Amino acid sequence: MCELRDAAEIVFKGRAGLRKVVICTGTGCIANGAMDVYAQFIREMTTAGFNIVEMFRGLDKVTDPLKSIYLSKSGCQGFCQMGPLVKILPEDILYNLVRPGDVREIVEKTLGSGAIIERLLYVNPVNKERCRSQKEIPFYQRQSRFVLKQCGELNPEDIQEYMAIGGYEAAKKCFIRMTPDAICKDMIDSGLRGRGGGGFPTGRKWEVTRIQADPKKYVICNGDEGDPGAFMDRSVMEGNPHSVIEGMMIAARAIGADEGYVYVRAEYPLAVKRIRMACADALKEGILGDSVFGTGQKLHIHVMEGAGAFVCGEETALMASIEGKRGMPSPKPPFPAQSGLWGKPTVINNVETLATVPLIMGMGIANFRAIGTRTSPGTKTFALSGHVANTGLIEVPFGLTLQEIIFDVGGGITDKKGRIDPEGFKAVQIGGPSGGCLTKEHFDLALDFDSLKSIGAMVGSGGLVAMNRSTCMVNIAKYFMQFTQKESCGKCVLCREGTKQLLFLLEDIVEGRATLETLDVLQELAGAVQKGSLCGLGKTAPNPVLSTLKYFREEYMAHVVDKCCPTGECKALAKPEILADKCKGCTACVKKCPVGAITGEVKKAHTINRALCVKCGVCAAVCKFDAIVGV
Amino acid sequence: MPTLMLRKFEKVCAIIDKHGNDAARLIPILQEIQEEYRYLPEEVMTFVAMSLGLSPAKVFGVASFYAHFALEPKGKYVIRLCDGTACHVKSSEGILNALYKRLGLSAKVPTTKDMLFTVETVSCLGACGLAPVMVVNDKVYGQISPEKAVALVEDIVKKEDGPNV
Repeated sequence: MCELRDAAEIVFKGRAGLRKVVICTGTGCIANGAMDVYAQFIREMTTAGFNIVEMFRGLDKVTDPLKSIYLSKSGCQGFCQMGPLVKILPEDILYNLVRPGDVREIVEKTLGSGAIIERLLYVNPVNKERCRSQKEIPFYQRQSRFVLKQCGELNPEDIQEYMAIGGYEAAKKCFIRMTPDAICKDMIDSGLRGRGGGGFPTGRKWEVTRIQADPKKYVICNGDEGDPGAFMDRSVMEGNPHSVIEGMMIAARAIGADEGYVYVRAEYPLAVKRIRMACADALKEGILGDSVFGTGQKLHIHVMEGAGAFVCGEETALMASIEGKRGMPSPKPPFPAQSGLWGKPTVINNVETLATVPLIMGMGIANFRAIGTRTSPGTKTFALSGHVANTGLIEVPFGLTLQEIIFDVGGGITDKKGRIDPEGFKAVQIGGPSGGCLTKEHFDLALDFDSLKSIGAMVGSGGLVAMNRSTCMVNIAKYFMQFTQKESCGKCVLCREGTKQLLFLLEDIVEGRATLETLDVLQELAGAVQKGSLCGLGKTAPNPVLSTLKYFREEYMAHVVDKCCPTGECKALAKPEILADKCKGCTACVKKCPVGAITGEVKKAHTINRALCVKCGVCAAVCKFDAIVGV
Repeated sequence: MPTLMLRKFEKVCAIIDKHGNDAARLIPILQEIQEEYRYLPEEVMTFVAMSLGLSPAKVFGVASFYAHFALEPKGKYVIRLCDGTACHVKSSEGILNALYKRLGLSAKVPTTKDMLFTVETVSCLGACGLAPVMVVNDKVYGQISPEKAVALVEDIVKKEDGPNV
């Protein structure tokens, strides 16, 4: 066994009095100013006379732990909305929304005298209590952070720290003490399924590639996470890049590959930088290169930056892109396992799948299978966003219900103005533009690969976008169709032309030109695009339309028959109205209306003249009494 | 090849050499060239094709396929507004319209005449927790509103005008 050790234990053992300050430097926290906070910490700690250690190796030189601070960056801790996050160990205090102006106080009070600064603690919105550590925050309590455990603890730019907790030992074991077929057998027995969408058993994929006779093989990490609303692969690559490299190494050993590629989306510059750095550091340590762990076996890993094409997430398109061609998919078979990159047998796995591999090899198959459900063992990371109180990156075991995710982890649904609305739930869109929507009737569904498939949705890459009752589902279907239409590579007629026609039909509906026949044509064409497209993009493109048609047909009917968009999101069909019983006559809307369409006296209910109204929605946004509806 | 032409494309030559004149490296080569010129001029693409032994059509085909490659020059400040699902449901459209209105741009005319701003949308920047999100060159701004977006533009305009006033 080579299970990962506890990072904190390694740091603090034999160094009583030392403190570790971890600043989250995921994309979210950086956007909120984490780098300024980091720089401010250096200045304030220097002024306060602390000896600052920034790299793990420097800890060996610490002579006076009481006067030393281990200042570390970390990957995404998931709670992006509350960033920048600052964690202080070993006390395990979590400060959120930290600004450079707060740093002096943290250094003086918390680091100096151990006092907690109450105002920087997270407030539990339910009981208004302040949460001292991450463990007390409800957002984290229902999660089980497994793949993400080290994101938020380790410094992603420091290979020494990853190695100190037992990183690369699983790869070492595979290279030195395990045969390729034993590794493949272990992977098959573990039941690990691909986290990129389809859920194909990883071990089987490896085994098929292993038995190919060709001596030249490739391993590819698919980091082209293009689904809008999904960012877990970004977080893993930014937060724990070495776990991805280690997973690739084990895959390479299992199939007999001596070359690998990490294909990362160009929209993720930080992930590109950190993966590149991880490869270079591993090469320096002799972990990658001409003699992996001194075994004489070769493995070189290259990093390739994508160029902005969603379809490149499809494996055959991705390989075409690495070869320097237009990223267009090709028919399968032959499968990449038989003829992949440059015609050679190739294993291509998703980022999260690969990051899970070393953990399985470390903890053992039985322990891994104990997590999750029988057919979908392990955990899944989801990117939770949209109209929920807590947005961010979450990780839960397979088998948790939708209700638990939205209400326990997500903290409930919010309305247009960001307030919790207990009755606000409308739908959750899962799996991005290839997925479908889940509604109230799926609250108790235990989410895993098979249960989702059985209701016509899919795990996809794991984007979960929550939508409240002010969201128009027809408009959402149109949004996804716009996306896939734009991203269709143009190879298959049904995808290229079909998605365009589907989009025109949806535009007819939201602009009030549709008849009941439009809905029939929409349904029929959606089925044809599903059947007639070559790759996953086209085959799944109609899913959002079909799924909204199935669960929200009454909304389509309102658009088509009543020519009215109940939520007011489709401007052409918006019918704004002031509810006389709610309007207090405060005149706030009268003053804001750009076209003078609202009239009314003070303290008397106002009215909207729909002939003048331009449906801009400003009135609804300023109304404090929620009296304006339908816009 | 005439020396004059080689001198004109000195930087391009260096980039192609760095990648070992390998046609399979076409995408990284174009990426580096774009970093240099901020877009891919037609004559540069033809030059790359000749150097790598490809047809100009093949290079143009690759360049036009990927959204990341620009065939037209872009402004000094490229504003990329995220229109991923999370940003979309949090009304990114209003922000786009506010930017278009302030800068007199549209989907068809994405760059201002003074070459200062280009406004474009991207499918997802992967910062959904901070939706709606906007990126100006490489700096990410989260939880923005139409007002904040326009204020950022005003700040840049002021900064650019600064020395002349």
